[in-house]
Amino acid sequence: MVSVDDFRRKAAEAIADARMQGALERATAKFREGRTRALAELPDADALRDHFKRVRAATLARLAEHLETFEQNALAAGAQVHWCETAEDAARLITALAAQHGARLAVKSKSMTTEEIHLNHALEAANVQPVETDLGEWIIQLAHEPPSHIIGPAIHKTREQVAALFSREVGRPLPPDDVGVLTAEARRLLREKFLAAGIGISGVNVAVAETGSVVLVTNEGNGRMVTSVPPVHVAVMGIEKIVPTWRDAAAWLALLARSATGQPMSIYTSVITGPARAEDPDGPREVHIVILDNGRSRALASPFEEALQCIRCGACLNVCPVYREAGGHAYGNPYSGPIGAIVAPLLFGVEAMSGLPQASTLCGACLDVCPARIDIPRMLLEWRAVEVERRLVPWYERVGERLAAWVLAHPRLLRLVRRLAATGQRLFLRDGQIRLPGRWHPAGERDLPALASRPFRDWWRENA
Amino acid sequence: MQRVALFVTCLVDQVMPEIGIATVRLLRAAGCEVVFPEAQTCCGQPFFNSGFRPEARRLAERTIAAFEPFDAVVAPSGSCTTMLRVEYPHLLGDRPGWAHRARELAAKTYELSEFLTQVLDWDPPRRVAGVRVAYHDSCHMCRLLGLREPPRDALRRAGYDLVEMQEPDRCCGFGGLFSVRMPEVSNAMTAEKLAQATDTGAHVLATADPGCLMQMRGLARERVRIEHIATLLAASLEA
Ligand code: SF4
Repeated sequence: MVSVDDFRRKAAEAIADARMQGALERATAKFREGRTRALAELPDADALRDHFKRVRAATLARLAEHLETFEQNALAAGAQVHWCETAEDAARLITALAAQHGARLAVKSKSMTTEEIHLNHALEAANVQPVETDLGEWIIQLAHEPPSHIIGPAIHKTREQVAALFSREVGRPLPPDDVGVLTAEARRLLREKFLAAGIGISGVNVAVAETGSVVLVTNEGNGRMVTSVPPVHVAVMGIEKIVPTWRDAAAWLALLARSATGQPMSIYTSVITGPARAEDPDGPREVHIVILDNGRSRALASPFEEALQCIRCGACLNVCPVYREAGGHAYGNPYSGPIGAIVAPLLFGVEAMSGLPQASTLCGACLDVCPARIDIPRMLLEWRAVEVERRLVPWYERVGERLAAWVLAHPRLLRLVRRLAATGQRLFLRDGQIRLPGRWHPAGERDLPALASRPFRDWWRENA
Repeated sequence: MQRVALFVTCLVDQVMPEIGIATVRLLRAAGCEVVFPEAQTCCGQPFFNSGFRPEARRLAERTIAAFEPFDAVVAPSGSCTTMLRVEYPHLLGDRPGWAHRARELAAKTYELSEFLTQVLDWDPPRRVAGVRVAYHDSCHMCRLLGLREPPRDALRRAGYDLVEMQEPDRCCGFGGLFSVRMPEVSNAMTAEKLAQATDTGAHVLATADPGCLMQMRGLARERVRIEHIATLLAASLEA
């Protein structure tokens, strides 16, 4: 549940946390600058984005067909394909796979989708220990926290906090100012996990229908370990993560890395097409691909279809002025920021996520940077209209808005209401603004403007 | 002489009439005949942005009817101009009879600085000098209308020294009802904006939106003077 009040409360905590604010501001600034620079390097970034938007829209228009082609080709390559309608189906299936292979330890690589289906809880309940191997994911796992950014899950943590978490894990103090030592320790610890794991679980950045391949990008190389060291690899993908051809996948990957971190390409790009063949020196014996719906198909042919064009680059989060203050935890689900405010109501129900479409000033910065040019502000407006229709906004707001609209449509009435309000406000005037006593304050510290002593229309009558 | 209908916006009418008065002076000084259709009230944006579509539609239809007889409509507000120009055709797009009228209004509606610089090629007496002004790009104006240059151009024409903030188009935190629903986030955003503005050493922070103005003044208190471009531009006529 994330109501307006829930969002407010968690955001206020983040705002009061100066360290978190500093970390958020630094990290998002770095990503923003990187993105701007990387896109400027392309000969025509805007044309590529237009092209990409068309590719995404065309793919979604024939989604079922592409998924079926993908399945056929993945099966032909020796992978096993599972279709899961709900989060529970998927979590149950993956836990069963782990049990079937007697896995006690599961290594994981960057996957918001497994967060979405609460896979770690399910695994733990079945006595399988999940270990996140993406550095950021591992940090927040050690801190027992949810991710706060789509691509930088630990974006809100300072180096000192990370050093403290790692020190606790290795049982001796590690220097906060030496990133080299910290990463070397992490690598050593995680290597042990890779070798001991019975199953590797990853997300999917993009799936390619023409060869039945799944593609995974990482910057740390943990992705290729997760998908090749354990005997079984499970890849979890939302139904929307698909392109027809490799040419389309190339556009996807070029825009993803540039929009996310400002890299021309991620450091590691792993392509998995079925399990290891007889002649392969290594690789998993079994590859399972989980195709997850979990509410996504409801968006098809709805005003929210565009949301499925998202490639989870996080660019919209980095520019979002609300996200930059509130941080990712305020969104109360794995998908934070502007796109999270659209996607979370889709996946978890707008009743449960009613606060998120309200957590925006509709400034449009997200639309400016999105590589797929997803019109997030327009969909926020759509969600708000749905919330009004389903009576998810408090009754006093509904009454207030309707009353206000009615008064505004009747100039004579407006004149009367205005006169009453102008008299009432005198009690609270200070320096021409209204300053309300502390706990009545609807706007926090902010002063409210006073009604003018004479409206414009009165001036006009005399000066026309 | 060009005949211009003034869309003064509800906030200006009720709270900041000086912006409307300055707008009238500017347009008159630039050689326009100004008309104020008194049937106008609110463009409906607050309702549209909160999801109250029927209410927004009713006010949109009222506004269209009020401005239909005129050749040009000018508003001293980037976001209300956006409502008329971009959102009305969406909002009324599937209403028989109204869709066409909404598009007609959209095609002849201008934001003040845009109208002054791009339609009238305004050439003021430039009576201000030595005043450093930072300009805050309001979101709808710069992103949905693509108007970044006209307000800057107008301020320069009036004689102001323009200085740029670090992120001139970072949202000021207003967002209509958002500022009341989530005051903590809203105020934190405003505080960032004000910090970036004061960093420039500007004497005045200017904006083309009464909403942003109200929001920023609410938190600025003595720290920095915040003005609407209309009142700043009008100052170049008098002084
Ligand atoms: S909505 Fe666009 S910018 Fe945001 S994460 Fe998705 S693809 Fe990236």
